[in-house]
Amino acid sequence: MATEPLIILSPFDLGLAALLVLLLAGLSWQLQLGIGRRMLIAAARSTVQLLLLGLVLKALFSTTNLWLVSALATLMLAVAGYEVMARQKHRLRGFWGYGTGALSMFLSSFSIALLALLVLVQPAPWYAPQYAIPLLGMLLGNTMTGVAVALDNLTRQTLEKRHEIEARLALGQMASEAIGDIRRDALRTGLIPIVNAMTTAGIVSLPGMMTGQILAGSPPMEAAKYQLLILFLIAAGTGLGSMAAVLLGSRRLFDARSRLRRDRLSG
Amino acid sequence: MGPDLYPAAVSGLRLDRLARAGVRATGLDIAAGSCASLSGPSGSGKTLLLRAIADLDEAEGEVWLDGQSRSGLSGPGWRRRVVYLAAESHWWARHVREHATDWQPQDLDALGFASEVLDWEVQRLSSGERQRLALARALAHAPEALLLDEPTANLDQTNTERVEALVADWRHRSNGCVLWVSHDPAQRARVADTHYEVCDGLLRSVDGD
Repeated sequence: MATEPLIILSPFDLGLAALLVLLLAGLSWQLQLGIGRRMLIAAARSTVQLLLLGLVLKALFSTTNLWLVSALATLMLAVAGYEVMARQKHRLRGFWGYGTGALSMFLSSFSIALLALLVLVQPAPWYAPQYAIPLLGMLLGNTMTGVAVALDNLTRQTLEKRHEIEARLALGQMASEAIGDIRRDALRTGLIPIVNAMTTAGIVSLPGMMTGQILAGSPPMEAAKYQLLILFLIAAGTGLGSMAAVLLGSRRLFDARSRLRRDRLSG
Repeated sequence: MGPDLYPAAVSGLRLDRLARAGVRATGLDIAAGSCASLSGPSGSGKTLLLRAIADLDEAEGEVWLDGQSRSGLSGPGWRRRVVYLAAESHWWARHVREHATDWQPQDLDALGFASEVLDWEVQRLSSGERQRLALARALAHAPEALLLDEPTANLDQTNTERVEALVADWRHRSNGCVLWVSHDPAQRARVADTHYEVCDGLLRSVDGD
């Protein structure tokens, strides 16, 4: 291979980059933007989380154990499910507040990741953590955004337009008809980020994964092919996940007799 | 074939031990083609009762329409027959026309509207116009019973008379039954044959005003 070896980052390099975030937080404090504290916490969280992940992956890559990979995947899903719930202003009460997002992400991200590993990339073994974990991570991360946006939109609009929905129900419309417009709108908003990402990929933005591969010394053409694969998988995963979430969520908003169940939404 | 057959002989709307949080009702009986009035202090549960009859809220007990039980139909199937008209009308599409497929020109006319009203934007309508059009919209869905929650609350005398006349006309031509919530004793006497009131969460019959 004629590629450059990987340039190792020193703690000094990272510290200098972190200083930029500190500067930004200071500026935010000066301008009274009120985001400085949250930014510092988020930066600290990502530092701890990514370094821990590095440690975990280092250990994981040396074993190639299906159970360990599954355990990490489950943990990732559990956190993503929590994150989706936390991003909603009005949540479904009870199990479904967590379950709607988690179940839709499980259905979409896990099935797409399995497809990619078993049919497309085909590492040996298929659950090789070097492939399985980053792939699932990217899928989950993007699906999570789509699902969270779609669900938030669904519950918020349902609450705002509950009188319109009930006016339609009172005239004998089916639940799916009465909430059809809101469903479509929620789904559309969930899909906008990935459509935008695909539209500007390579022109305005250099996607993160491709950047990473190029920095790590991969030939640009190979990096582009991997990035395309990932973009398509993410689009499919986000689409399926958002659809599942909107469908599950909107079903839960009505009962068996097609009554709007406001009491199942918090806030 | 058991007690279920008994109400089948009765036409019209009939409540059988209907109960939900806030209000209980039994013995309400509206013959086909007739109108019953419902009164009671604000917050006594009149709207809750109407919503329970229309199956928009959960309630125990049973409601019968022309021998057909509420529980024997799907929610939407029941609500197509027993249409609840809320005190405040709500519209979901941009133009009036999009809210029904079978608008009846003679109903619009009876309410003082030309057919062009269907092409108007809902946003441009006054609340009184919306309230009258909500009745036309309900009738366009060909119900068999109407649950009217203060349908003339925001209307002047002319339009109140129009609404009363149209509802009476609809009852006679389609043999439908009406439950009419009204605060006005004179109106109750004009529009209804039988009278009920909700008092302390309990429905009871009121002998002639």
